[in-house]
Amino acid sequence: MIKHLLSMDQLSADQITHVLDTAEQLRSVTDRPIKKLPTLRGRTVCNLFYEASTRTRISFELAAKRLSADVINFSADSKSSVAKGESFKDTAWTLEAMGVDAIIVRHGSSGAPHQLARWVKASVLNAGDGSHEHPTQALLDLFSIRQHFKDFEALKVAIVGDILHSRVARSNVKGLVTMGADVTLVGPPTLIPAQATRWGATISHDLDSVIGDADICYLLRVQKERQNEQLFPSLREYAALWGLDSRRQARMKPDSLVMHPGPMNRGVEISADVSESPRSIILDQVANGLAVRMSLLYLMLGGDRPDSTETVRELTEQLV
Amino acid sequence: MSAWLIKGARVVDPASGRDETADVRIADGSITGIGSDLGDGKAEVIDADGAIVAPGFVDLHTHLREPGREDEETIATASAGAAAGGYTAICAMPNTDPVCDTSSVAEKVWALGRETGLVDVRVAGALSRGLDGAVMADIGEMVRSAARVTMFTDDGHGVQDSLFARRTMEYLVAFDAIYAEHCEDAALAADGQMHEGDRSAALGLRGIPAEAEELMAARDIALARLTGCRLHLLHVSCARTVELVRRAKAEGARITTEAAPHHFTLTDAALETYDPLMKVNPPLRASEDVDAVTRGLADGTIDAIATDHAPHAVEEKDQEFSYAPPGMLGLETALALSFTQLVEPGHLDLSRLVELLSTNPARILGLDEQGSLEIGSAANVVVIDPSARWTVDASSLQSKSRNTPFNGRELTGRVVHTFFRGRPTVQDGKALNEATV
Repeated sequence: MIKHLLSMDQLSADQITHVLDTAEQLRSVTDRPIKKLPTLRGRTVCNLFYEASTRTRISFELAAKRLSADVINFSADSKSSVAKGESFKDTAWTLEAMGVDAIIVRHGSSGAPHQLARWVKASVLNAGDGSHEHPTQALLDLFSIRQHFKDFEALKVAIVGDILHSRVARSNVKGLVTMGADVTLVGPPTLIPAQATRWGATISHDLDSVIGDADICYLLRVQKERQNEQLFPSLREYAALWGLDSRRQARMKPDSLVMHPGPMNRGVEISADVSESPRSIILDQVANGLAVRMSLLYLMLGGDRPDSTETVRELTEQLV
Repeated sequence: MSAWLIKGARVVDPASGRDETADVRIADGSITGIGSDLGDGKAEVIDADGAIVAPGFVDLHTHLREPGREDEETIATASAGAAAGGYTAICAMPNTDPVCDTSSVAEKVWALGRETGLVDVRVAGALSRGLDGAVMADIGEMVRSAARVTMFTDDGHGVQDSLFARRTMEYLVAFDAIYAEHCEDAALAADGQMHEGDRSAALGLRGIPAEAEELMAARDIALARLTGCRLHLLHVSCARTVELVRRAKAEGARITTEAAPHHFTLTDAALETYDPLMKVNPPLRASEDVDAVTRGLADGTIDAIATDHAPHAVEEKDQEFSYAPPGMLGLETALALSFTQLVEPGHLDLSRLVELLSTNPARILGLDEQGSLEIGSAANVVVIDPSARWTVDASSLQSKSRNTPFNGRELTGRVVHTFFRGRPTVQDGKALNEATV
């Protein structure tokens, strides 16, 4: 397994499948009365979050704890830390000096996990960097899709919204394209980089022409401040043209799904009734995040230990 | 000893059309002879067989950081780096703290350069007070000062207000001084981290479109036509800017341009590791831009190679990519990069290279004692070994800063000797500092 997870570029289709299969096995831990495995006992994982995050940080923390790792949480606002606190590099070296085995990093600056990986010996997991990538989100989304569709080949996925600023979109496009899905990016041209066609996706500016064909409609959060940057005229117009409401959802195929990485802006990219409809798997995504992150920590931190074969066997036995 | 005889080198001086094997004699600060088999007299003989002798280089674009950021560079350390790079004159950019917008700052920088005595330190004045782009700096007083400023720029920023650009151009005509522009439409480039293109989209870094440069270059060419002002475009980085300049020159415009070594050496592919050392403004562009800049240097569209030498402290570059300041060192690698990227692959010949590094920039700044090898004139001379292979080592640079993106890169072409006003500032590849000169 890879040492650092910085980008979905690093993972082949086989590696992605391996992560998802392992997550599948680990998911049953959640259903047991004692929800803990000894795999990472004695290992230390640090959540280094320079941006506010609830679900990702808690999900990683819980994943590490379920594998018996010690967890440290370090949160700093990236702006205030630059203004007066310790530099990113000094923080990295401090964690290194304390013997941390893995650093899970969320940062507002694209590429921060790449820099961190150059500075420390610990494994680095990208938990979202600027407008670049959010690979664990893509993996949990692939996991969630696989629960409903056996095969990614020929699966039609529409990713709708602010692609330009979205790390979720970049990681998901890479993961979906690697797995053979057919991805269409939908939104106003101001929110989709023209170069996105090079990512193996097609671009559309008309949700209505795409929605009837899609197996999955994946909605991205639209930041309210984008309206002030003149990227679209108003949230009302955005909702009317690119939002998913029940009227549009009614045109979707019978087995199609609605997804969203959260947090949602109900009434903008998604209406409240759609988010709570039977086709919405938004809460499954959250639940699956835990299993996928356990899988990654297990494979990246546990897999390369000298006794790893035994650990895997132990684990499987416990799961039987 | 104050006399040297450089024997048997290829002497390249485009100003006089000279390109031949000859001896060059330097005595008492001046060139006293160029010819075959000159006697050594009492001169120290430098065997320069296989070497090239050229007029010392002139850098149009150097950030000295003094006054204000002496922790990053001083006039003395920049001068030493310049000498090591074969330069005998550099032009200090005005974006210091305080800004060089008055004759007192201009004279101070110029005087500190003279005191250091390793290169001619010329000064570019600011166009606007505090680089605010709105209120004219003391242009005439800087022209008339001891620093004799001939070039004005708000480098670091483009002048956004077209009326202000027009007015300053009109005013500069009184002194036949140069309006030098950092071509960048600030609104289009806002918060940009790198060149806008496939790579910025993939890396999730906000792009600076080539059009931000092209638009301001087009405006300035039009305003220079309107006002009759001499226009110099700083660090041209995009194919379309090169094309605009080519057309303007064909129409007879009074326009000159420069390009930086990193813009004909590196592309935006270098950003893929998010290394802040690769962050520079204008940003590293696409490969078609690199090709266009290279062609422009070869065919005369671009007049000069200028370093945009921009020292930064380690802790400033060792930040997250989006927080790190743009800029890279240039003085000590410019010749070797030019040689390796332009001459070795055959894009241009040695004589053109000397024009770009010395003859033309000296003419642009109006420096009589630079940019040529004339008998009787001040001996500002560089001796180059064109076959020397060497590896850039950031830790051994004369500069006070270390932010070169070329650390560890193997290059061809090395400065062996530099003479400034007849005194060696570099000997046998070793920089001589103030104390030893």
